[in-house]
Amino acid sequence: MPSPVIPESRSPVSRFVIEHSGQNPARCYQCGKCTAGCPAAPDMDMGPRQVMRALQLGMGREVLSCNSIWVCLQCQTCSSRCPKEIDIAKVMESLRLMAILEGHPAAEKNIALFNEVFLDVVKRHGRAYELEMGALYNLRSGHPTANARILVELVAKGRLALLPPAVRGVAKVRRLFDEAEAARRRVGREVRG
Amino acid sequence: MFVCHCGTNIAGVVDIARVVEAAKRMPQVVYVSDNKYTCSDPGQGSIKNAIGEHKLDRVVVSACSPRMHEKTFRKAVAQAGLNPYMLEIANIREHDSWVHAFDKEGATAKAIELVRLAVAKVSRDAQLHARQIGLTKRALVIGGGIAGIQAALDIANSGHEVVVVEREATIGGRMAQVDKTFPTLDCSACILSPKMVELSSHPRVTLLTYAEVVSVKGFLGNFEVEIRQKARKVDHASCTGCGTCWQKCPEKVKSDFDLGLGERTAIYIPFPQAVPPKPVIDLESCRYMKYLAFTASGAEGKKPPQCRICEKLCPTGSIDWEQKDKILTEKFGAIVVATGFKTFDHSAYGEYGAGAYPDVITGLQLERMMSASGPTGGEVRRPSDGAHPKTVVFVSCVGSRDEAKGRAYCSKVCCMYIAKHAIMLKEHDPEVQSFVFYIDIRAGGKGYEEFVRRAQEEYGAIYLRGRVSKIYQEGRKLKVLGEDSLIGRPVEIDADLVVLATGIEPSTGVVDLAQRLSISYDTDRFLVEAHPKLRPVETQTDGVFLAGVCIGPKDIPETVAQGSAAAAKVAALFSQEYITTDPMTATVDLMKCTGCMLCAQVCPFKAIGSQTMRDGKVLANVNESLCKGCGLCAAACRGKAIDLRGFTNQQLLAEVTSLWQ
Amino acid sequence: MKQEARAPSEKRGGGQNTFSYYPGCALKSSAREYDISARLCCESLGIELRELADWTCCGASSAHATSDVLAVALPGKDLHAASEAGYPLVTACAMCFSRLKIAAHETADMATRTLAGDVSGNIVPVMHLLEVIDSRLASLVPNKGLAGLKVACFYGCLLVRPKAVAIDDAENPQVMDRLMRTIGAEPMPWAFKTECCGAGLPLARPDIVRRLSHRILLSAAAVGADCVAVACPECHANLDMHQAGMGGKHGGEVRVPVVYFTQLLGLSLGFSPYELHLDRHMVDPLPALSSKGLA
Repeated sequence: MPSPVIPESRSPVSRFVIEHSGQNPARCYQCGKCTAGCPAAPDMDMGPRQVMRALQLGMGREVLSCNSIWVCLQCQTCSSRCPKEIDIAKVMESLRLMAILEGHPAAEKNIALFNEVFLDVVKRHGRAYELEMGALYNLRSGHPTANARILVELVAKGRLALLPPAVRGVAKVRRLFDEAEAARRRVGREVRG
Repeated sequence: MFVCHCGTNIAGVVDIARVVEAAKRMPQVVYVSDNKYTCSDPGQGSIKNAIGEHKLDRVVVSACSPRMHEKTFRKAVAQAGLNPYMLEIANIREHDSWVHAFDKEGATAKAIELVRLAVAKVSRDAQLHARQIGLTKRALVIGGGIAGIQAALDIANSGHEVVVVEREATIGGRMAQVDKTFPTLDCSACILSPKMVELSSHPRVTLLTYAEVVSVKGFLGNFEVEIRQKARKVDHASCTGCGTCWQKCPEKVKSDFDLGLGERTAIYIPFPQAVPPKPVIDLESCRYMKYLAFTASGAEGKKPPQCRICEKLCPTGSIDWEQKDKILTEKFGAIVVATGFKTFDHSAYGEYGAGAYPDVITGLQLERMMSASGPTGGEVRRPSDGAHPKTVVFVSCVGSRDEAKGRAYCSKVCCMYIAKHAIMLKEHDPEVQSFVFYIDIRAGGKGYEEFVRRAQEEYGAIYLRGRVSKIYQEGRKLKVLGEDSLIGRPVEIDADLVVLATGIEPSTGVVDLAQRLSISYDTDRFLVEAHPKLRPVETQTDGVFLAGVCIGPKDIPETVAQGSAAAAKVAALFSQEYITTDPMTATVDLMKCTGCMLCAQVCPFKAIGSQTMRDGKVLANVNESLCKGCGLCAAACRGKAIDLRGFTNQQLLAEVTSLWQ
Repeated sequence: MKQEARAPSEKRGGGQNTFSYYPGCALKSSAREYDISARLCCESLGIELRELADWTCCGASSAHATSDVLAVALPGKDLHAASEAGYPLVTACAMCFSRLKIAAHETADMATRTLAGDVSGNIVPVMHLLEVIDSRLASLVPNKGLAGLKVACFYGCLLVRPKAVAIDDAENPQVMDRLMRTIGAEPMPWAFKTECCGAGLPLARPDIVRRLSHRILLSAAAVGADCVAVACPECHANLDMHQAGMGGKHGGEVRVPVVYFTQLLGLSLGFSPYELHLDRHMVDPLPALSSKGLA
């Protein structure tokens, strides 16, 4: 049995979620329709209902370290079916952003790594370059030969662009990345307070 | 002038001594005193004494809201010989001490101002006199479900005539569709039928089934109501209800009474115990009606059959094709609205198949199947293949507690009827396993909690705490996806039958009816009581009462209690020989009125009509029995021709100007 | 003047035949067949697609998962360019559609809009190709009906959720079903139309993608579908590429061809399976198509 919960009404995590997502966890009446329909629930430490409950009780640390906020597919099934019209997917998004802003270690390292690699490549080329993404991801995740069979088949069927995309607006894209990064640092400092 | 402490409610914030001192210095004020509780017997006594002793001709009480004790003080003043309307109340509690509890200085200053206003107004009070009007001691009950039946029987048994108007072809309402009642498992039909028969045979009751209220005019004690008797195409005076017609009618349609699970004929009685036990012809499905419509349209092609089998076989010649809708105009002194409910239409739930899966049914449909006189003769069968289901899943709160579907409220009875269904299913077939998805179990009521426990402990129903997210067909089974939030894991069940506990909502057409009656309804279209606690079966319109689920979800005993309560209100009203009206109504100064009739348009109570003067001018005329004294007309009147007794323009102006004196 | 020129496009493209086209990164690489078939269909239907000059990535789920600023700024840049061009912006990729339309929705009150240039003023409508074609169904006459082809239309998440940007009902959408019926195919009623295929997790959590895609494919097979039609390259990749690794502990093996709706539309308009790159999928749809006399 885990240790007793000490409920806290105004935890920083709950406050951030309310402000960022515009959703009020207190509206949740714990019916569980979200978890029942969540395609990723079987792979989560805590289902979406439990995440909402943890926010109600102010269990910020636990929510930020659960894998649910990373495994969430943003399919929006929970939000679209919630009888209380809470945008639960948005709450998950806010939690994930808070984890990033706080520099909280991701409970799903590979998912965070994939996002990082994807955005690196987009920043470099202005568009996604699937070949480079796959290669970089494999290298950094330590599985250099993962998905090799699919890769070979794609190339054989002429379904993989071999050369990187050439876009004229790359400079603009890089600037957007830099500005977003600056904004992240600024908000991150505020969050860490 | 009497200043009340209201214990510490006022005195704890407002400096009473300073209010008293200030009042003493106001012109026109000849006597000031303060009381701990002015509303108490000694408090009222001090008012009466002071009136006699100081020859007071008008009184200000500085105390709580007039909603609370205006009547009390008017009575006290009248007992001392004054006209009861020579009284004003300065509300220094709700308007002052309660809302400015943290600003004693400010609250005291405000109390003095409020007193000054009341003094300015009271010095312009005029003597007003209540009027008395006659009343018709005859009641109209709208709706022939258990609420209406109970109300009508109680009114009739207290010695007054009652007319019951029911929209359907039979009385009985929803209770007639129910097989058994919780928590005693009484047979619903067995306890309802005697009441239906008692009503129809009561010498003081007139039953108008297949009829609707078209318009309502008049006021408390003197309503004039138009009722449309829909054409039945059957002469009920001569019909004996032998049943030949509905046994032989060849046209079969889905039965509304059996919620689409069974069939009825075009000429029909809704169910065997229907009252009256005489048929009506459903014009939309009758073959002869289709034939007539076809020939009238002049369309080419093969004519539909004329049929008219019922007419040929009727031994009493009661089929009357010429019968038309009839409008009856009746006078009543009081009206009881008991229009009941319908169940939520689950086609709004795409995630549950929106009605596409035949084996996803509603609780009321299951009820019909369990009924011995129902479409399956009391056997529970899957609509898709007629098989007996072994695994049955109940889903609570379908169209209840669901803001996303526009229904935030709890329907109150579903938890109980699910438990009943789970118990009865097991009694029908011991091999049935019921699973109940619930959010919270609401079992407040005598024997209710015990009943729900029995469903689980003795009848083996497995309760899972969670709302179902999705239901879909997989082969012959229905896959039900939920979460059991107590164990904290998703749950999947392969069900043979899924029963949706669809919630309660007001009957179709209730909004139109409410508008005709000038009574209010809430955002969920439930009718609104005059006071949710203290006047639960009255409305803001005098003489119109409410009973049953049209006010909000409730179970049968509560509904019956409200039927009786509304009847008691009607009986109390009818025990008077005349009605006393409040004299604080609008009056029209005919010298100033231009006859623009803007007042009639803004009046929410339809109290303003017109009158033709001898010189032919048409001017406004206030019906004082309908006028509630709201003052909208006085505000709207461009020529300042309308004044409100007790709140005259002069009085209000005096109050305002007193503020800078 | 500019406002007037845009007016017809407000009515879901009715009367409007020229669109700015945003292919998206996948359609230039692993989903080339989608791009090719979409262009062929549009040309044949008289819909002019003008590829947006110098378009860049919408940020996809990774930007959305990482930075709310980037999630709006990246598609905002493309929206800005499309608004300059003045034509409604159409895309065939459900992910790009979702990111662009949500950005259009959010830029109205987000401080981030300045990052992408002021796009709050005259934002052109963002449409998915399905919507554009749906608005022309009345005049769509197939060259060769796909009689006998049972299609499980798969919409996934991004076309129908969230409500603010959805093109159809979230539980039982009909827009693709209508198109399939119009071209003579038989859209199958099934319960997994809007389930999630695993989205952007095929590299990081392939187990989740396989689990989710597997149950979708099993359900399509159970209703007797000859193929699954999709409107999203991510759904296609997840459903098509991973079938070899499915089965085992999650139940039986499954082989269901997964094609783009534009490929089926293209067939009905008379293009050959090879022109439509129907031979390039991992699970070959040609046997199923030829058994119906369609290839």
